[in-house]
Amino acid sequence: MNTWVYIDNFKGEALPASWEAISAAKSLGGSVTALVFGSGVEALAKTAFEYGADEVLLADDASLADYRVEAFASTLSKLAAERAPDVILLPTTTRGRELAGMAAIDLKTGVLVDVVALELDGDKVVATRPIYAGKLLQKTVCNATPQIITLRGRVFPKPEAVAGRSGTLTKVEAAAGDVPTTVEGYAETEGGVSLTDAGVIVSGGRGVSNNPDLTPPDGMSDEEAEVWRAQQGFALVGDLAGVLGAAVGASRAAVDAGYIPYSHQVGQTGKVVSPDLYIAAGISGAIQHLAGMRNSKIIVAINKDPDAPIFKVARFGVVGDLFQIVPALTEAFKAKLGK
Amino acid sequence: MKIVVCVKQVPDSAATVVAENGQVSWGDAPLVINPWDEYAVEAALKTKEAHDGTVTVVSMGGENAKEALKHALAMGCNDAILISDPALEAVDTQGTAQVLAAAIKKIGEVDMAFFGRQAIDGDAGITPVQTARVLGWPALTLAATIDVEGDTVKVERSIEEGRQTVSAKLPAVFSLVKDYGEPRYPSFMGIRKASRAEIPVWSLADLGIEAPAAVVEWPQIINPPKKDVTCEIVEGGSPKEIAEALVDKILAEKVL
Amino acid sequence: MDFALTEEHRMVEKMVRNFAQKEVAPVIKEFDRKQEMAPFVLERMGELGILGICFPVRYGGQGMDYISLGLACEELEVVDTTLRVIMSVHVGLAGTTLLQWGTEEQKQKFLVPLARGEKIGCGAFTEPGAGSDVSNLRTHAKREGDSYVLNGEKMWISLATKADYAVVTVVTDPNAEKPSRRLSTFIVDLHSPGVTRGDIHGKLGVRAGSTGWINFQDVRVPAENMIGEEGEGFKVTMTAFDRGRYTVGAGATGIIRAALEASVRYANERTSFGQPISQHQLIQQKIARMAQDYEIARLLNLKVGWMLNQGLRNTLETSYAKKFATEASFKAADDAIQIHGAYGFSDEYDVERYLRNARGAIIYEGSSEIQTLIQAGYALGERKDKPLRCELPAYDADYWQAE
Repeated sequence: MNTWVYIDNFKGEALPASWEAISAAKSLGGSVTALVFGSGVEALAKTAFEYGADEVLLADDASLADYRVEAFASTLSKLAAERAPDVILLPTTTRGRELAGMAAIDLKTGVLVDVVALELDGDKVVATRPIYAGKLLQKTVCNATPQIITLRGRVFPKPEAVAGRSGTLTKVEAAAGDVPTTVEGYAETEGGVSLTDAGVIVSGGRGVSNNPDLTPPDGMSDEEAEVWRAQQGFALVGDLAGVLGAAVGASRAAVDAGYIPYSHQVGQTGKVVSPDLYIAAGISGAIQHLAGMRNSKIIVAINKDPDAPIFKVARFGVVGDLFQIVPALTEAFKAKLGK
Repeated sequence: MKIVVCVKQVPDSAATVVAENGQVSWGDAPLVINPWDEYAVEAALKTKEAHDGTVTVVSMGGENAKEALKHALAMGCNDAILISDPALEAVDTQGTAQVLAAAIKKIGEVDMAFFGRQAIDGDAGITPVQTARVLGWPALTLAATIDVEGDTVKVERSIEEGRQTVSAKLPAVFSLVKDYGEPRYPSFMGIRKASRAEIPVWSLADLGIEAPAAVVEWPQIINPPKKDVTCEIVEGGSPKEIAEALVDKILAEKVL
Repeated sequence: MDFALTEEHRMVEKMVRNFAQKEVAPVIKEFDRKQEMAPFVLERMGELGILGICFPVRYGGQGMDYISLGLACEELEVVDTTLRVIMSVHVGLAGTTLLQWGTEEQKQKFLVPLARGEKIGCGAFTEPGAGSDVSNLRTHAKREGDSYVLNGEKMWISLATKADYAVVTVVTDPNAEKPSRRLSTFIVDLHSPGVTRGDIHGKLGVRAGSTGWINFQDVRVPAENMIGEEGEGFKVTMTAFDRGRYTVGAGATGIIRAALEASVRYANERTSFGQPISQHQLIQQKIARMAQDYEIARLLNLKVGWMLNQGLRNTLETSYAKKFATEASFKAADDAIQIHGAYGFSDEYDVERYLRNARGAIIYEGSSEIQTLIQAGYALGERKDKPLRCELPAYDADYWQAE
């Protein structure tokens, strides 16, 4: 088995899910080749060896400076056509997903997207992937080669890096071709921990706007007052997230009500997450929300309603007022974690 | 401006979906237009309104996919095409991309092709880039804003690291995210028009292509293993007591 | 005979449902508590065409049929009664009365802006001392040259403080031989000098709506604003009631559905004695009854919608539908509270609001007692439909939808 792993990087910094893919590749047996594409990314090759790659194919070229899927796909397709790997693994990031999709068209093969488990059946990989936002699992195979597979982050173990470990570095040509798009710039949306990478997520729902003990400042319209209340509520959620180094999530109801930007939405039409710890405050647990977070390792629910469906997936629950419990939790974590 | 928007009919996101004898079943839950595709329709209509054009909505599927098409017509699309062929029953994303690309070519002189970011059934999210690749057009995916000037388009993409601004020449393929803005409701006039629309059905023969080979197969669909969670309700005399007990329990799980 | 809704009907249902569920449902509890109408509701319903749903396009409407009107009422009342009340008074009492009795000039001047949602209409019939007993009204109008001068007070008027126009029935000839000939109906601009109005608070239900009083003191109304002829006010008012009742019955069907859906959801979630309470027979009995009543109410109302489409008189059928659906909705909400136990008694859940909202409709637009008398009157042959000078036009899609 000759498995390639695409090391997804943004401006030279690798995403952790790429290293997880190396351990997944190892589990298939055979050699592991890491693909490092970009401009000024040679340092990543070294890290790839440390994480277990036997070989690195390095395409370091100015034409790959900004990630543009067409250029990366052409480069990947050309290499794969020449060298015929059995399997190509990529992390299920935006870039990984799209690169896999385009390369599959070039290589007349298929993609198994967002896979959570791999097993071997002869030289064929049988992949398990969630569909319907995790309401079902699909076992799926690709009947052509290379078998292109993208792996869900935080599912496969991250390998231990071995300092000084090394392997065969092969420099290859970029084959960007005529790239039809131009990257004009970036804007950071906002700081904070990204939901999809987060090990801990603290989420708020519509319940965060209902603090009866708050009086909005004078002169606010009803709508402003509602959003103001919600912001006070999300500030409590944010404080707890801050202590835990966690990302802040939200239910669709909270996003639709304008309490918090869409980028925080967890659920079927938001982000699907599987952190180690998911704390849901004031979230009742609509099926769409559960679909987005039920695979979290430990779920903690804080809700006034003891019959809220969120308690059905929670490991620990508190039936109570989030406006009292969440700040108390923040203080308790501060004390116990020595912060 | 000639715009195509590709939509899919899927079970409602609130549906309880289970595997029954290896088949996906959503009980009597309604089938709806894929929620992401509504954003694509909205973007197509806004672009049409700003640049004086037409929007053709295309779906691949059985007879029931006509409902998704009619929903899009009622929102304001000019016409609709259903691609239906028995040979497409087990088609994978690669095949779908081939078929949609063929349809876009057959429609002819298309400037922009819009997609939702992914379908909430298969959740693959690669049909837009794959269709773009087949067509040889740039793929401007996860667009939150779309700005057309002449034959140049600039989009702000919503990626993990923030917003990325990308420009390209038309024709191009776009996929839309929720940040684009809430899709409109169908209008009553649109509903009247849609309910009377005769939607043409194109077969593979009409598109002039062979049935795409199914590269990806899914021999098995299963229900996820039931996670046996019993929720332990943490109680105490005061919020402080509850919080401290809860923190101890969380720390004992060693997830931090 | 065909019981299926058309594709058009199903799309109308879905569109109105999406609006109500997405935009109003998330905030309704708050406005119900504050006893205020959500400020965006009238404007949005106007923009979306809901306020003009069943009027011909030539009169600013959306060209849909009367069944669509009923379906929209049901979807709106699933979320809150106050949304449906808007339809009852704006479309039922004001708009369709103009469509049935108005002259072409009146339709152009008043129906067009109402159907477009640019102006809001209501119906002002009830008075502090006279409700169902229409022939006992006190508000009166006296002819002076080209106008009539109105004096008196109307009470329990939905949208009293929000409406621009009111269809008002008053006494024009106190000495008429037949009591019913004493009355005439006008469309009155509520921004006229001499009109004062206010909202009534402290109601049991429909708290997120506007219910109020309108006082007329020497209000001059142009004579051309008379709807129908002088002395025809009783007949005009009775047909307005028929239409209002249809929307009330169709809406109440929505409460039954909301109560049923909430009960099914809760009964499957909540456990007692080791199983979901939905497995207890006494809970099942309540749920079965709600499901059955929903079906009956819906069929009765769809039949009225169909009769309206055909141009058939429907006073009796509307009475059946209104009485059955409103009473069943109260019972359904009551049972839903019982199923929810103590939670149902608190406003954490919606079912207590359903109960409060359902209660009023057993009184307004013709109390259950009045409906019973109507039904007995027809059954005993004492009451018969007589042809009217103006009938509500049957629905004709081509005419309705022509520009």
